[in-house]
Amino acid sequence: MAATARQIGNGVEKRALSPLELALLNDFQRDFPLDPQPFARIAEALGVGEDEVLAVYRDLMERGLVKRVGPVVRPHRLGWSTLAAMSVPPERLAEVADLVTGYDEVNHNYEREHAVNLWFVVTAASRQDVMEVLADIACRSGFEVLDLPLERPYRVDLGFPIS
Amino acid sequence: MSAYLTDLDVRLLTVLQDGLPLAVRPYARVAAQLGIGEDEVLERLAVLQENGTLSRFGVVVSHRELGYRANAMVVWDVPGERADDCGRRLAGLPFVTLSYRRPRRLPAWPYNLFAMIHGKDRRQVLDEVEIATREAGLAGCDRAVLFSLRCFKQRGARYGSGARPARTLGEAAA
Repeated sequence: MAATARQIGNGVEKRALSPLELALLNDFQRDFPLDPQPFARIAEALGVGEDEVLAVYRDLMERGLVKRVGPVVRPHRLGWSTLAAMSVPPERLAEVADLVTGYDEVNHNYEREHAVNLWFVVTAASRQDVMEVLADIACRSGFEVLDLPLERPYRVDLGFPIS
Repeated sequence: MSAYLTDLDVRLLTVLQDGLPLAVRPYARVAAQLGIGEDEVLERLAVLQENGTLSRFGVVVSHRELGYRANAMVVWDVPGERADDCGRRLAGLPFVTLSYRRPRRLPAWPYNLFAMIHGKDRRQVLDEVEIATREAGLAGCDRAVLFSLRCFKQRGARYGSGARPARTLGEAAA
């Protein structure tokens, strides 16, 4: 399996993934074992030791390749979230992005290649809380904030296969 | 599918928003934080998977760090009555990670159908945008491809200390 992670991190060439790393990244994105010792079940399935599985997951997490092991909640099942977007002049983008990132309710915040160039996700306990964050950002930045909540999901997060 | 969250479910998902501890008995540690039994944690997680509250339970990878750095949000302006059909067709394509319908905000934002495509380089992603446009019947629609340029923040969702399920048992009875 010639799976390599090219040009990752800060453009640093990193070593190719081992077959065990690839299996631990790919095979347990869904249906992670609900068993008192899940890493032992994974170890059995892959024919390696529980210690080794835990050590490799710790390493993958330290290297930033694994963000976490846990639940992915379907949108709007718990609290409320929206995708928000703003058009910010390039010379003010860093400053406004900083302001947006500063909110604990903001979990993703990206610059994208478009006149509408700042895109972020706001998640909070209720729709009202989300709308208050959007209004606050509009007020503090002086720019309009578009509220683009999900109306219908066609495909939700089912994992990301690595080849 | 209806899925009513109990107070315990909300506390469990809040404790788990940063993920399981990487320990031999991770669910026992989560249980200790909540003051409940390990078996109860395992049972509730099975129920939450079963009733669709969770889209999945498992390893969350960073596609950026794995070398998938060409990350495009692709959007189309499709007439309302065709959106569901096109959205379902997009969802069936192997390289489409997420697909949603969202509202337009005219005049600033005319697009209502969204798909995420992650690839190792732009050319590959642009080829996939063409395939998606054709396969989902979107050839006549205005579209835009918004590659991500800078990531300012990326982490799991926090629901806030007062997070309430969208539908509670009390509201359901009302």
